[in-house]
Amino acid sequence: MRSFIIKRLLLLIPIFFGVSVLCFLILYFIPGVPAKIIAGEGATKEDIENIRVVFGLDKPLYVQYLRFLRGIFTGELRSIKSGESILKEIAPRYVGTIQLAFSSIIISSTLGILLGVLAAVYKNSWIDNLAMAFALIGASTPVFWLGLLLILVFAVYLKVLPSGGREGFKSIILPALTLGLPSSAIVARLTRASMLDALSQDYIRTALAYGIPKRKVIFKYALKNALIPVVTVIGLQFGFLLSGAVLTESVFGWPGVGRYIVDAVFSRDYVVIEVGILITAMTFVLVNTSVDLLYAVLDPRLRKG
Amino acid sequence: MIKLKLLEIRNLKVYFNTEEGIVKALEDVNLEIDKGEILGLVGETGCGKSVTVLTVLRLLSNASTISGQVLFEGQDLLKLSEKEMLKIRGKEITMIFQEPMTSLNPVFTVGQQLMDVIQLHMNLDKKRALERAIEVLKLVKLPDPDYIVNKYPHELSGGMRQRVMIAMAISCEPKLIIADEPTTALDVTIQAQILGILKHLKEQLGVSILIITHNLGVVAQICDRVAVMYSGYVIETGTVAEIFQHAVHPYTRGLLKAIPPIEEKVERLNVIPGNVPNLITPPSGCRFHPRCERYKDGVCNAQAPSLRQLTETHTYMCYNPYLPEGVVEEVNV
Repeated sequence: MRSFIIKRLLLLIPIFFGVSVLCFLILYFIPGVPAKIIAGEGATKEDIENIRVVFGLDKPLYVQYLRFLRGIFTGELRSIKSGESILKEIAPRYVGTIQLAFSSIIISSTLGILLGVLAAVYKNSWIDNLAMAFALIGASTPVFWLGLLLILVFAVYLKVLPSGGREGFKSIILPALTLGLPSSAIVARLTRASMLDALSQDYIRTALAYGIPKRKVIFKYALKNALIPVVTVIGLQFGFLLSGAVLTESVFGWPGVGRYIVDAVFSRDYVVIEVGILITAMTFVLVNTSVDLLYAVLDPRLRKG
Repeated sequence: MIKLKLLEIRNLKVYFNTEEGIVKALEDVNLEIDKGEILGLVGETGCGKSVTVLTVLRLLSNASTISGQVLFEGQDLLKLSEKEMLKIRGKEITMIFQEPMTSLNPVFTVGQQLMDVIQLHMNLDKKRALERAIEVLKLVKLPDPDYIVNKYPHELSGGMRQRVMIAMAISCEPKLIIADEPTTALDVTIQAQILGILKHLKEQLGVSILIITHNLGVVAQICDRVAVMYSGYVIETGTVAEIFQHAVHPYTRGLLKAIPPIEEKVERLNVIPGNVPNLITPPSGCRFHPRCERYKDGVCNAQAPSLRQLTETHTYMCYNPYLPEGVVEEVNV
């Protein structure tokens, strides 16, 4: 188990290196001269030359890369548009995004797993039908529409929750629901299938034949087996929540990394795009590594590194 | 003195509703097991052996009809509540399954699974339950039980897993162990070891064992008595000697003849002609009559034969049995 963890963590180093190189090279993948792209349309020759020096674009590529890396951590890297340190700008937004992503993952996994287990245990009953109808609707509801609907109900009519902004616990409920509900639908469907499979296994018959109460058989013996594929999907959903949060962040005026990057795209703030994507990608990698570690906790057969 | 019966199954009937029709899995099953006895239940695939034992433990969730009696120490298990059954399963009656590779939960250690059962039925704390788990692993002759107890099923071989299963079966000092084809999935050497362990446990712990098998070699090796099933009926029961030497039912004779002799080379193996009957539309009368070599028209196909008794231990269901010379059949309704 320990060697498995160490191996997984060591694997992060080359992944981080690869991801950072890719993000750094975005500027070079875009057709045209980087300095010209940064300068934008209608810039004079002096402007472009100036930018080359200020951004270090006249230096060799590896020096630029190292400066890029150092710049992120020291906060020296500045937004082209605002001139502010990117680190300073992105940090609070990053916290916002993570808060939102975690809240919605909690909603989607608890609700999804609960519905999936219920649907599997009461297979073909009205409970199953209701849960799966919810899953179908949830999976096919557009996020922005759901967001607006929730605002309409809870903020406009019932006036119990704020329609946007980021002030306290109450303000995160609606955006987290908006992001979490469609994702819970996917988790529910998968949990149902996985649970049905687990419940039909021989070891469940063994547990029942030995007088283990049904509740324990379902929530201990079957669920631990059924969760293995579910955890994978929850990990992948987290990536979707990081990147797909842009719409939700826009609908609720939630200050997050998604919107920050999209704004940067519109204002051609390439440095911000580079850093934003790098941070998002790294978070995704970290989450998936945690999922891998969680696998090993759930399934002893995967512990051999 | 009358020997006390541990388990008595009387006129057990089990039907299932399916889309194709009603499957008459068990029609009239009568069985009894004494204390400290090993009973072999033999028959072809699909004759109802597994349904019988699953009914005893009330583990069938989809049966449409269950009638008859399953008396365990005089108490009808079919009449108990689900809650009362939880105290029978795993405590009084335990089961060993055919597939050791899949019968244990892959995500819990051997020890955790044993301890769950032990704590549930024996009222022991964690430490004592662990001690008991190691003790029963020792009883089934697993080497290094302190080490095995922390292993996951996938780290053990098939034979070792089956021993763990047997350890679980004896962990709460049951009165009856039901072993459903416990050696079918194992190779012959391991099979012999497992049978040896079962026999030893019977002698050491005085537990009764109902062993389901389609291997008559297994029966000859460890059983005291045999019950032969065919298409939802127990058609003949007797001691091992009675069945192997003086079987009276044509089906039992057919089964015995189907074992290829070791001493001589044979060109073709002996078979019973025909197939196992369809359980939705079974043959009328005796369900074996279309395949029977002693079939009498108008008798065998008219009505199912009743249970008849030859000796105190030997019973059968047949109109035209191979009776030993000079024996007049006794009808016991």
